[in-house]
Amino acid sequence: MANVTDWLLDDSPASRMQARLGRTYRIVLALAKNPLAVVGAIIVALLIVTALAAPLIATADPIAQNLSQRLLPPSADHWMGTDELGRDIWSRVVFGSRITLTIVLLVAVIAAPVGLVVGAVAGYFGGWTDRILMGITDIFLSMPKLILALAFVAALGPGIQNAIIAIAIAAWPSYARIARAETLTFRNSEFIAAVQLQGASATRVIGRHILPLCTSSMIIRVTLDMAGIILTAAGLGFIGLGAQPPLPEWGAMISRGRTFIVDQWWVATMPGFAIILVSLGFCFLGDGLRDVLDPKQGEKQ
Amino acid sequence: MTAISLKNLDISYGHTQITHGVTLDIAAGASFALVGESGSGKSTVLKAIAGLAPQWKGDIAVNGKPRSHGIDRGFSKMCQMVFQDPYGSLHPRKTIDTTLSEPLDIHGIGNQGKRVEETMAAVGLDRRFRFRFPHQLSGGQRQRVAIARALMLEPRILLLDEPTSALDVSVQAEILNLLKRLRREQGLTYLMVTHNLPVVSFLCDRLAVMRGGRIVEVADVAQLKAGTLVDPYSRELLAANKGHALESA
Amino acid sequence: MSALLDVKNLRVSFPTPRGPVEVVRGVSFTLGRERLGIVGESGSGKSMTGRSILKLVRAPGKVTADRLSFDGIELTAQSERQMRAIRGARISMVMQDPKFSLNPVMTIGEQIAEALLTHQTLPRSEIRARVFAMLESVRINDPERVAKLYPHEVSGGMGQRVMIAMMLIPEPDLLIADEPTSALDVSVQAQVLDIINEQIVGKGMGLILISHDLNLVASYCDRILVMYRGEVVEACKASELGQTKHPYTRGLLAAMPRIDENRDELPVLDRSAWATA
Repeated sequence: MANVTDWLLDDSPASRMQARLGRTYRIVLALAKNPLAVVGAIIVALLIVTALAAPLIATADPIAQNLSQRLLPPSADHWMGTDELGRDIWSRVVFGSRITLTIVLLVAVIAAPVGLVVGAVAGYFGGWTDRILMGITDIFLSMPKLILALAFVAALGPGIQNAIIAIAIAAWPSYARIARAETLTFRNSEFIAAVQLQGASATRVIGRHILPLCTSSMIIRVTLDMAGIILTAAGLGFIGLGAQPPLPEWGAMISRGRTFIVDQWWVATMPGFAIILVSLGFCFLGDGLRDVLDPKQGEKQ
Repeated sequence: MTAISLKNLDISYGHTQITHGVTLDIAAGASFALVGESGSGKSTVLKAIAGLAPQWKGDIAVNGKPRSHGIDRGFSKMCQMVFQDPYGSLHPRKTIDTTLSEPLDIHGIGNQGKRVEETMAAVGLDRRFRFRFPHQLSGGQRQRVAIARALMLEPRILLLDEPTSALDVSVQAEILNLLKRLRREQGLTYLMVTHNLPVVSFLCDRLAVMRGGRIVEVADVAQLKAGTLVDPYSRELLAANKGHALESA
Repeated sequence: MSALLDVKNLRVSFPTPRGPVEVVRGVSFTLGRERLGIVGESGSGKSMTGRSILKLVRAPGKVTADRLSFDGIELTAQSERQMRAIRGARISMVMQDPKFSLNPVMTIGEQIAEALLTHQTLPRSEIRARVFAMLESVRINDPERVAKLYPHEVSGGMGQRVMIAMMLIPEPDLLIADEPTSALDVSVQAQVLDIINEQIVGKGMGLILISHDLNLVASYCDRILVMYRGEVVEACKASELGQTKHPYTRGLLAAMPRIDENRDELPVLDRSAWATA
């Protein structure tokens, strides 16, 4: 073990891989020293494990109805009680994590790169390219995310894929703004001038030299936004425009539990807890990542 | 043969004209200095030659070929630049190895590992620095990397933008020695921009003094050493540079 | 006569993952109403020494000293509040770049007046008169016009003269100038240093001039401390710098190119020779 650590922390790495792994290891070390980040990472890890092993963790079929057992309070048989159709809420929450994770990942995978590229291109070229791209971005930014997503889902039709697309469309502009601001700070720096002088094409300069510098702030931002994405997805589910029944989406579950909130509080509260917990997890992790990855604090020593 | 030839060069940034009719000929193999205070336009001339200040009128020819306004790939093999700030001229997230192989990658040159090691050896960088990140190096080591990067494409001409002004005196001496040796070994042509006359005296054989975007005097370094510069402004500059050096001697 | 500033065994350390690192290791010196130069390369701890006198070393940096007394006041025992009364009024500091030290949205006149008013109250007309007189004394010929300008409207040399005016208007006893001219053109450097010199000598103040430039310090100071790696390796009279025996100081002097010489190669410092740790 000591050997591996030494190898990772070596001041004079012998290969590119060792240098890269060493850097990653240092980041993980710094992250592990931040208690909130550790809590966040554990919550996010739990979410991932739950989603992957949902059939093993769930105690019942999430969509199997049993009308003789409707609206039962939490007990040894049903840890979080049952809903109005007699479905086990614990199992539904567990399977719901898959939907949440899918939404979060797909939105991140679609929105972040689009925003990153649009912002970097606008920032790098400046002039008319910048004005046109940022004009479009501003139009999107001027509308509240949930309303925008709502409008898109209304146009595309309800359903989980459309909800993902709608949230992604609503999410990319803020990433484009950040990427542009970051790009502007590097565009005139000497290390970019140096690669330009070596004859690198604009695509190469943006792709290999500017984007890698924007990614750490992007990772931080996306992680912090995850909570918002989850809430937007839940909001869409709540008003019936996200995942359709009988899918166990958390927002939709709260929506259905609303009717019984006074007498059967657990129906709406349990998925609500899940949403709060996961959102908090991403927020903590995002804050921790910011402390570690922020070049103003991190790399210096 | 002329390495760099400038004729009636007017460079502008937006609506502001920075230089006025700069005309210069720099012989191949020479080490030429552009001297002046901030705002004299000396760095702008360097940038225009490099292609980083594309808004100019007049003629720039490098190795006899007229230069286009932008940056072109053929040019980058002829002429490279070393920047002033060793902290700002290296990509903070790339190892020295990646920084040095990048120009080879761009031009599709193979055998990168060997070339990187050779160039590092030429600029006096130990092999153990190869996979370090810039923040793990000192200012002088970074400047060596920047020089190595400029040499990767084996250009004949190096543009030096105040290459030692951000360094400590003892490190400056090392870098100046290195630049002198490289020029001797590889027969390079230098065009250096600086405000530091002692550095010019050590490294260069000719100089041009700039003020307010114009060249006021072109002279041999022998004249600088002997203190026989002609133009009144050049003499003023020389006096200011010698100022406190003389008092202590 | 007691010294204006008496520093004994000053240490500044910063915690790192591999244990604390000392950037200043036991610096001692005394200063009367004279001009002291502290010279060293980057990382020598010269700036930290200057900042720790004003207790401006930011956390997590830690400053300790056996004695750090200024005009009979033990600075290490002063609270942050008491320090604020000393900073500016009794000890002032001029930093490297006026661009970062001046407030961009206040006129020069307002900033100088504020420096004066922080430590005393005066009638309006007298403030104006004092500000203009101060600007004039740093060789600004038309103080009424300059006082109305914003920092971005003046050149670097003018900005630095304004800084000096601002620092000297409360009439402190000690001025710490940290690389006051490194951001300026050579021809302006001499002028700014002359102004500092004139004010210091005229008002009988103490000066600590921190710089990397040996020759500059030698020509504007009475005594010189040479620092290397947080320690004072040599202390001498400025006039005797040429006869120095210490290898580090000699190395620094030799490493500088000179206009009127024909050396083919500059001697390079062999750092291992005198490194203590």
